Amino acid sequence: MANSTTAPDGGGETRRDFLMLATTAAAGFGVAAVAWPFIDQMNPAADTLALGSIKVDISKIAVGQAITVKWRGKPVFIRHRTAAEIAQAAKDDKAKLIDPQPDGKRVQKPQWLVLEGVCTHLGCIPKGQKSGERKGEFGGWFCPCHGSHYDTSGRIRKGPAPSNLPVPAYKFLTDTQIQIG
Amino acid sequence: MANGGTGTKIVKWVDARLPIFSFMDHSLRDYPTPRNLNYWWNFGSLAGVVLVVMIATGIVLAMHYTPHAAMAFDSVERIMRDVNYGWLIRYIHMNGGSMFFIVVYIHIFRGMYYGSYKNPRELLWWLGVIIYLLMMATAFMGYVLPWGQMSFWGATVITKLFSALPLVGEAVTEWLWGGFSVDSPTLNRFFSLHYLFPFLIVGVVVFHLVALHTSKSSNPLGIDPRGPQDTIPFHPYYTVKDNFGLGVFFIVYAVFVFFAPDFFGEPDNYIPANPLSTPAHIVPEWYYLPFYAVLRAVPDNFVGQWAGLGYIIINAKLAGVLTMAASILVLFALPWLDTSKVRSGRFRPVFKWFFWIFLLDVAILGVCGAHAPDEPVFAWFKGFDYLTLAQITTAYYFAHFLILLPILGKIEKPLPLPTSISEPVLKGGGSAGASAAAQPMEKA
Amino acid sequence: MRKLAVSLIALSGLIAGSLAPVIVMAAGDAAHPKSQHWSFGGIFGTYEKPQLKRGFQVYQEVCAACHSLRLVAYRNLSAIGLDEKAIEAIAAEKELPGAPNEEGEATTRKALPSDKFVPPFANENAARAANNGALPPDLSLMTKARVGGPDYLYALLTGYKEEAPKDVKVPEGMHYNTYFPGHNIAMAPPLSDEGVEYADKTKATVPQQAKDVTAFLQWAADPYLEDRKRMGIKVVLFLIFLTGLLYAYKRKVWAKLH
Repeated sequence: MANSTTAPDGGGETRRDFLMLATTAAAGFGVAAVAWPFIDQMNPAADTLALGSIKVDISKIAVGQAITVKWRGKPVFIRHRTAAEIAQAAKDDKAKLIDPQPDGKRVQKPQWLVLEGVCTHLGCIPKGQKSGERKGEFGGWFCPCHGSHYDTSGRIRKGPAPSNLPVPAYKFLTDTQIQIG
Repeated sequence: MANGGTGTKIVKWVDARLPIFSFMDHSLRDYPTPRNLNYWWNFGSLAGVVLVVMIATGIVLAMHYTPHAAMAFDSVERIMRDVNYGWLIRYIHMNGGSMFFIVVYIHIFRGMYYGSYKNPRELLWWLGVIIYLLMMATAFMGYVLPWGQMSFWGATVITKLFSALPLVGEAVTEWLWGGFSVDSPTLNRFFSLHYLFPFLIVGVVVFHLVALHTSKSSNPLGIDPRGPQDTIPFHPYYTVKDNFGLGVFFIVYAVFVFFAPDFFGEPDNYIPANPLSTPAHIVPEWYYLPFYAVLRAVPDNFVGQWAGLGYIIINAKLAGVLTMAASILVLFALPWLDTSKVRSGRFRPVFKWFFWIFLLDVAILGVCGAHAPDEPVFAWFKGFDYLTLAQITTAYYFAHFLILLPILGKIEKPLPLPTSISEPVLKGGGSAGASAAAQPMEKA
Repeated sequence: MRKLAVSLIALSGLIAGSLAPVIVMAAGDAAHPKSQHWSFGGIFGTYEKPQLKRGFQVYQEVCAACHSLRLVAYRNLSAIGLDEKAIEAIAAEKELPGAPNEEGEATTRKALPSDKFVPPFANENAARAANNGALPPDLSLMTKARVGGPDYLYALLTGYKEEAPKDVKVPEGMHYNTYFPGHNIAMAPPLSDEGVEYADKTKATVPQQAKDVTAFLQWAADPYLEDRKRMGIKVVLFLIFLTGLLYAYKRKVWAKLH
């Protein structure tokens, strides 16, 4: 940039270049340090992060019932599976699965199924939470948008969706309370 | 930096299609700048930098701000408490506004002292005044956005000024408000315009710089360069000097942002706006104070005594508004009001005094603007209140422009100007009035 | 040039000097609050967590009955040294409106750490009705929203007079305070000696409580004060260093001309 047009004056020229280098480096460091807050401010803010995990009381969910809770802006299905549903899910481990995954790997306690209720095809919310809604051919959930069927483990069995309903990170705080996220 | 072969090739390729590099080269490296500029000439580039900082921080703040009356205050507090580094960006933006006006005021006063507004730089000066007006509008709208008590009531007072206009006043004011008082519609449109105006400022700044490059920079001596011996390339000399000035400026800026972030502000603006409760003292931001004093300097009875018929057409409120407008618009007339053929105050010994008195006058006007009109200036002299002081200083303000400057230019005997810019340097830093015969004065 | 600079500095001194009384001006004839020493004052100021905890205790036990703190979330209390369990317990003491139930009826739920402090009154009317028509202001920004800041708050809390000065008439229901603008304040003296029993066994005199709760309110208004000052020292020192380099470089470049 600053290519001097005057004749170099030996030591002075070198000192000026070193000085220019040091100054440019310091200024560059300053610019980078200033840039970070401008970038980081777009990251989720503290109040958004605080809502990043929720605690859910599951004591009131009867066997065979399911609830939907909102977590990080998405619905989460929590189903209290019946013995029949659990048995069917285990049996289907051996069936031809579009996205193979054993039921045992998708639950922490077999009677509690926790899934993100967003169809992995194009993002609609599958039906099957409320009694009376269509559960699809495999007893789980049915997505009305393009006809994806999920089984009692939330696995995709038929239809255009490519993968199983995702299981979010969750843990049991007590037997009756789970924390999602 | 251009990395030898590849870098230069890329530069040449781009430049052949869009001559941005040769343009920058020409503007910066070839631009002949007087060699004797002092540090008062740094403030233009400082203003440009602050403008960029304000736009950058403003755009980022706009990602988190909500321009609705019910949510604005809380959205700003969310920025301060929850958004990562939100408090930092908000304080930079808030103090940047004040820094912008400090820098611009020094820049303007530099122009007034050294006669930078004189021929051939009249249009350059005009563009500067337009930038100043746009800045005032932008800052006014920006201050409304946090929707604190001062935001709301300052907006109410200033928008109500328009109701002073005869015939159309009420309609114009309701049109501005989008309702029957300052409320959410007003806030929302102020947000939109506050986002827009800085880009208008950028546009006018571009014209300002083009005008500058046409007439070239003035200098402390106020005499034109006679040849290459009087000028040096802007780059690297003044880029390097501007960068140093920028460093000093940022130190001052940082001290405010980190250690006194609310110094320029009003505590009342940390109280959410309440349309049913007026603060005890409505005070505008400090950079408006002189004009606020001028606005309030015209009392009712003054107009009544003078006007007679005019009383019906011009009431005190309108008179105040017109006087305040005049106090800014008179700046446009400055190049013609000042009749002196000598540019720089350095060679105008009488003008110099009046410049400083003018500065003092503006400062006193600012103090008046911060006080209630009926408050006595000195506790021991109850009869002399701030209203009276404001009236005296307002009268002097106009006298400076309309009476003093025109007369002074004609009757003042200036000091002899040096023969050239490089002459004092060649003579070993000699004084301006060195033995050489007095030169014909620079045609201003 | 030097004259110009001196004159400008003198001028700004004049302006600042004249504005300072406005800035720190106590409205009306209220006394000017005395300067107190605060741990968070000055360039190197910091909060003292034990003091913030005591101040929070005063807020909870004395002030929270009438004054909301709606900009502070319970989770923010981790900054004053409370752990997650304690915060959950503090939050769970309060109820706030929940989502409507299946029948569309209003519900309530316990507060969570992610919630903001639940206000003591449902709305302004309820607050006024419970306080003789006066509205206890929210305290989240109180130290920033008053001229004099923490000094003023401390002076106010310790500035009540049992007996008003001889010629002053205090209206019914009001109380005389040396530092409140207009002197007549609707709030009765909130603090009393031993009014709070501090968990850390500090003697709870009125001045002690006033100091602690003011420090807590300063934190509530300015939770990033420590980050700000720490960053400020680094930034200013860096800028001084960088400006030094820029100056040396400027001199080097300009030396060619002389």
